[in-house]
Amino acid sequence: MNRFEYVRPRSVAEAVAAAAVPGSAYLAAGTNLLDLMKIGVARPARLVDLNHLPGLDGIEHLPDGGAQIGARMRNADLAYDPAFRRRFPAVAEALLSGASAQLRNAATVGGNLLQRTRCAYFQDTASACNKRRPGSGCDARGGENRLHAVLGWSESCIATHPSDFCVPLVALGAVVEIEGPAGRREVPLRDFHLLPGATPERESVLAPGELVVALRLPAEAAGFAAHARYVKLRERTSYAFAVVSAAACLRLEEGRIVASRLALGGVAAKPWRAEAAEAALAGATPDAASFRRAAEIALAEARPSGDNAFKIELARRIAVRALLLAAAGTPDRLPALPASPFASVPGGFHG
Amino acid sequence: MSLSVTLTINRVPRTVQLDDPRVTLLDLLRERLDLTGTKKGCDRGQCGACTILVDGRRVNACLALAISHDGADILTVEGLSDGERLHPVQAAFIAHDAFQCGFCTPGQIMSAVGLIGEGQAGDDPERVREGMSGNLCRCGAYRGITEAVIEAARAMAETAREEAA
Ligand SMILES: Cc1cc2nc3c(=O)[nH]c(=O)nc-3n(C[C@H](O)[C@H](O)[C@H](O)COP(=O)(O)OP(=O)(O)OC[C@H]3O[C@@H](n4cnc5c(N)ncnc54)[C@H](O)[C@@H]3O)c2cc1C
Ligand code: SF4
Ligand code: FES
Ligand code: FES
Repeated sequence: MNRFEYVRPRSVAEAVAAAAVPGSAYLAAGTNLLDLMKIGVARPARLVDLNHLPGLDGIEHLPDGGAQIGARMRNADLAYDPAFRRRFPAVAEALLSGASAQLRNAATVGGNLLQRTRCAYFQDTASACNKRRPGSGCDARGGENRLHAVLGWSESCIATHPSDFCVPLVALGAVVEIEGPAGRREVPLRDFHLLPGATPERESVLAPGELVVALRLPAEAAGFAAHARYVKLRERTSYAFAVVSAAACLRLEEGRIVASRLALGGVAAKPWRAEAAEAALAGATPDAASFRRAAEIALAEARPSGDNAFKIELARRIAVRALLLAAAGTPDRLPALPASPFASVPGGFHG
Repeated sequence: MSLSVTLTINRVPRTVQLDDPRVTLLDLLRERLDLTGTKKGCDRGQCGACTILVDGRRVNACLALAISHDGADILTVEGLSDGERLHPVQAAFIAHDAFQCGFCTPGQIMSAVGLIGEGQAGDDPERVREGMSGNLCRCGAYRGITEAVIEAARAMAETAREEAA
């Protein structure tokens, strides 16, 4: 780990001023940042510690029915907030399917959004990586790339964004609230992460020194609470990143879908909202045939970036599974294995 | 700013002067305070051997920067027993043969104490296994670990009921 200067601001204004110095990085729990510093991938000259700021660590259920979540709130605290769980069950399920209990107790909302890719070549300073060192090449292209992107990738980078949390959030239209040297602004989560294009080192719209202060879920997001699920396929049952995942949320009236939300995880450099698939579900009956059609549309543009063609069909199936589970209804209590696809589906569907 | 941290470690206040901000809680405990019960497995958040309680919550000490935890209340495996009287989780680990080599055990035990405190798993083995998935055991003592956690949770609930009566 490189040496760094440590600063401990006591207010958001102090934090933003401290981070305006080039080479600075915000330290939240550090479960991603310290890890990357230990292996020499992140080398900040200055750590601006967010852990002693006042506030930004709770959730406010807004009068209009939405919710505002402080950027420093711990992943576990959010997942276990009873009102949050009741109103946004797919988000709670996604949170609880991520990492381990220890990591969720520490990890923050802001850190989860801004965690870096798990691409092995990005994490290995001896490999070529355009994201870590622009212009150096991409060793993932000819290497181990089973788990890399199938949507939105470019010739310069095929990495995925690893967050579970972000998948239902993007489906539900979350908004990121940002404080920076130039003042306050808001960015919808769907526009927050960037696809790689020719500049994979740019991963979000945050300008240097900008701080995520909160995340907002709009009131209408709670309207899906009765039919909202997250499904995550992993290479082992627990404590593993998604191979592919899907968040599905439905509003049903008289046996028809009146509104739907669908997003995919593990497939791209950002949480992938499937709006065309959502449009196709409007007015449809909530059955396997409709869902399969929607999944085909969601993955229509997908193409393998290496040895990962299998992920395209897998993503379709996980999307169908999430939609079927959502249609069956949000369970009163989250399953023992949150988001696991190895649970029986009402109606006996096993695709 | 000065690089001194004040922590309450196993109920004793300690102030440590750091020459360098890079020290993790894990290295602080092991290298500076001789509290080597907390183990270093992967040093990257992937195994749980370094699990401790910080302000009552289980976390990975290897991914926690010491300087950032100024003022925190830390509990490690050394602080768990009441003198010679073992904590119910420690006793249950022995009763159920919940270890073989013992390397993962301090982390497993601290994680179990955290899990029981969180109150989300109850005595459902599947929920206990899921709640303990952040602690790997290369010896594969998982079956005994699950049984020990369930028994300790029951014993602690029983004691709490008796004390409330
Ligand atoms: C073994 C392991 C397994 C994991 N498994 C999963 C998994 O299955 N699913 C999953 O989703 N995640 C998983 N994670 C990742 C975990 O969710 C992240 O490490 C965590 O969410 C990061 O949060 P943090 O508070 O520790 O952020 P930090 O590590 O402190 O920060 C991460 C990044 O965000 C920046 N940052 C933090 N807060 C702000 C802010 N408010 N404004 C601007 N920038 C900010 C930091 O500068 C840094 O660049 C895993 C991690 C590990 C180590
Ligand atoms: S896929 Fe992206 S992150 Fe991975 S090596 Fe290539 S450029 Fe780097
Ligand atoms: S040593 Fe901390 S998780 Fe492995
Ligand atoms: S007892 Fe040996 S690693 Fe768990």
